[in-house]
Amino acid sequence: MTDADPVRLYRTVRLIRRFEERAVELVHGGQIVGGIHPYLGQEGIAAGVCAALGADDVLAGTHRGHGHVLARGADPARMLAELCGRVTGLNAGRGGSMHAADFSLGVLGANAIVGASGAIITGAVWAHRRRGRDTVGVSFFGDGAVNEGMLLEAFNLAALWRVPVLFVCENNGYATTMPVAGAVAGSIAGRAAAFDIPAVQVDGQDPETVRVAAAAAVDRMRAGGGPELIEARTYRFDVHHTFEHAVRLDYRPPDEVTRGRARDPVRIQGERLSAVDRAAVDAEVEATLDEAVRFALASPQPDPADALAYLYASGMTARTGGG
Amino acid sequence: MPRLSYRRALTRALADELARDEGVFLLGEDVEVGASMVTTGLAKRFGSDRVRDTPLSEQAFTSFATGAALAGLRPVIEFQIPSLLFLVFEQIVNHAHKFPLMTGGQCAVPVTYLVPGSGSRTGWAGQHSDHPYSLFAHVGVVTVVPATPADAYGLLVTAIRHDDPVVVFAPAGAMDLREDVDDLTPVPLGRGRIHRFGDDVTVVAVGHLVHDALAVAEELAGQVSVEVFDPRTLYPFDIDGLTESVARTGRLVVIDDANRACGMAAEIIASVVERVRLLAPPRRVTRPDGAVLPFAPALDRAVQPSRDQLATAIHLTMKDET
Ligand SMILES: Cc1ncc(C[n+]2csc(CCOP(=O)(O)OP(=O)(O)O)c2C)c(N)n1
Ligand SMILES: [Mg+2]
Repeated sequence: MTDADPVRLYRTVRLIRRFEERAVELVHGGQIVGGIHPYLGQEGIAAGVCAALGADDVLAGTHRGHGHVLARGADPARMLAELCGRVTGLNAGRGGSMHAADFSLGVLGANAIVGASGAIITGAVWAHRRRGRDTVGVSFFGDGAVNEGMLLEAFNLAALWRVPVLFVCENNGYATTMPVAGAVAGSIAGRAAAFDIPAVQVDGQDPETVRVAAAAAVDRMRAGGGPELIEARTYRFDVHHTFEHAVRLDYRPPDEVTRGRARDPVRIQGERLSAVDRAAVDAEVEATLDEAVRFALASPQPDPADALAYLYASGMTARTGGG
Repeated sequence: MPRLSYRRALTRALADELARDEGVFLLGEDVEVGASMVTTGLAKRFGSDRVRDTPLSEQAFTSFATGAALAGLRPVIEFQIPSLLFLVFEQIVNHAHKFPLMTGGQCAVPVTYLVPGSGSRTGWAGQHSDHPYSLFAHVGVVTVVPATPADAYGLLVTAIRHDDPVVVFAPAGAMDLREDVDDLTPVPLGRGRIHRFGDDVTVVAVGHLVHDALAVAEELAGQVSVEVFDPRTLYPFDIDGLTESVARTGRLVVIDDANRACGMAAEIIASVVERVRLLAPPRRVTRPDGAVLPFAPALDRAVQPSRDQLATAIHLTMKDET
């Protein structure tokens, strides 16, 4: 099932990179309100992990979640329409950047509560397997999440009940402005060790390295193994959130940023392609995103009369708030 | 006519739904042995894959249930203590409840949160005696508080079959009630029940307090004709049914075993006075503002709404006639 094609892996990181750059432009242009948490610099993790998954697998992401949704194969046009709050968006404009989901692809959503996705994915995988499927799951989270009790409880449940969940910690060195050293007692891998969850640290800037590690974990899990953890060391190239483009926060030394940005997953994977192949992918991605932007901006806005549509799956309706 | 206890009604509802639908499963602390004496015998009958003990990890198993529901199952979680709902309020409100809207209708989260023994348990003190149903009504999670064994059965069955999250409060004050029942059937959400008809005043009573209201109505029978309305479901609330009742009686008293400010009684009164011109100001009998149930039995009782307080409220509303 694993997709080892270097061209496809390059296309995924390139797509996420350019999607995010376009999205930042749309934030600055006012077409995306509320801003975004750009995934710039971390593309190799989503791309590498998702290349190791099969059709029945499920994942849940984070507030920095565009990459996970795109790497799983969601339509960039509907994804961008979601960020722009349009009815054609993946979530019909009800979710936005931090909640984008595509259940048809097993993407149970970006989740804006740090540390929340682990338990949800554990339950989903357990349920799918009880129904006879061979599903494995991925819970993506940041280094900040490893201090959330809810996530550690999920580690325990998954390990105890041997639910095959790949816990992927995207360690970009910071939770907003808080460096890992100031927040994590012990280590991230040590958290896993406490539950007898096998853990590896990988270079998250190399998409192929991530893919190989994820594929090995997925193979072991499909063969009957319990949960595993990958700590992918990465660096966020840009801001925590686009609000920082307006207010400069001083927490990352400039030389650290320069060093971090030097290890670029898009360049690293791109160098594995011929110049011709790379140019072809780049052109195709650009055309796809041109169309995505056109589609998103031409899509209708939702009708305020339907603001609480979808509130209840049962079809219940809520009282209105007016006089 | 077989006699059924409230507690056994809950057991029956769980057993019937586990038998009817393979997708239903039960999670909780000590549910296999049945420490609450609600899940008694279910693990033996359905296996520990369907009736599953969890470690003490309320936040994780609550969201685990959300995930299982997203994958098509119908989890039921039993909570040993009502206050544990505070611990998992985030998981229920921020995730289970919000997923359908936030995903634009891509999913459903049919989880039932069952709290056997909500409210005062006499002697269990501050951290075991809350009744936080108005919090769930406030956020818009379906909230039911059955008063009788038949309604406990019928509402729990309905909760499990419902496609959205439902919190079922089974008040400690009702758990040992028994009644003769012929026929156990699902009870629809959002449909109240008039236990006793009357002409002068409508008393809305929540959960076990329905029985106190009936006793007070009986006591006052020579002087005041009291109608007793049991909403059964606090959210959605049967405002049409209650409006019909109050439009006949013209007076309203609410008795609700939870804290006063922003409580259910306040919401019920506001919803009625938006629609009906009352003959006298409405009254409410509740726990005090900010109540923490003290340990000593006399103090515990002093904080809960009482029959005397209800009788007084009824008299006051009768005197207040304009
Ligand atoms: C439980 C919780 N606490 C706080 C926040 C606010 N918040 C959003 S993102 C973030 C930092 C998260 O850091 P990390 O997990 O390392 O992910 P990163 O942003 O670095 O990708 C914080 C504190 C939140 N969304 N959820
Ligand atoms: Mg981080």
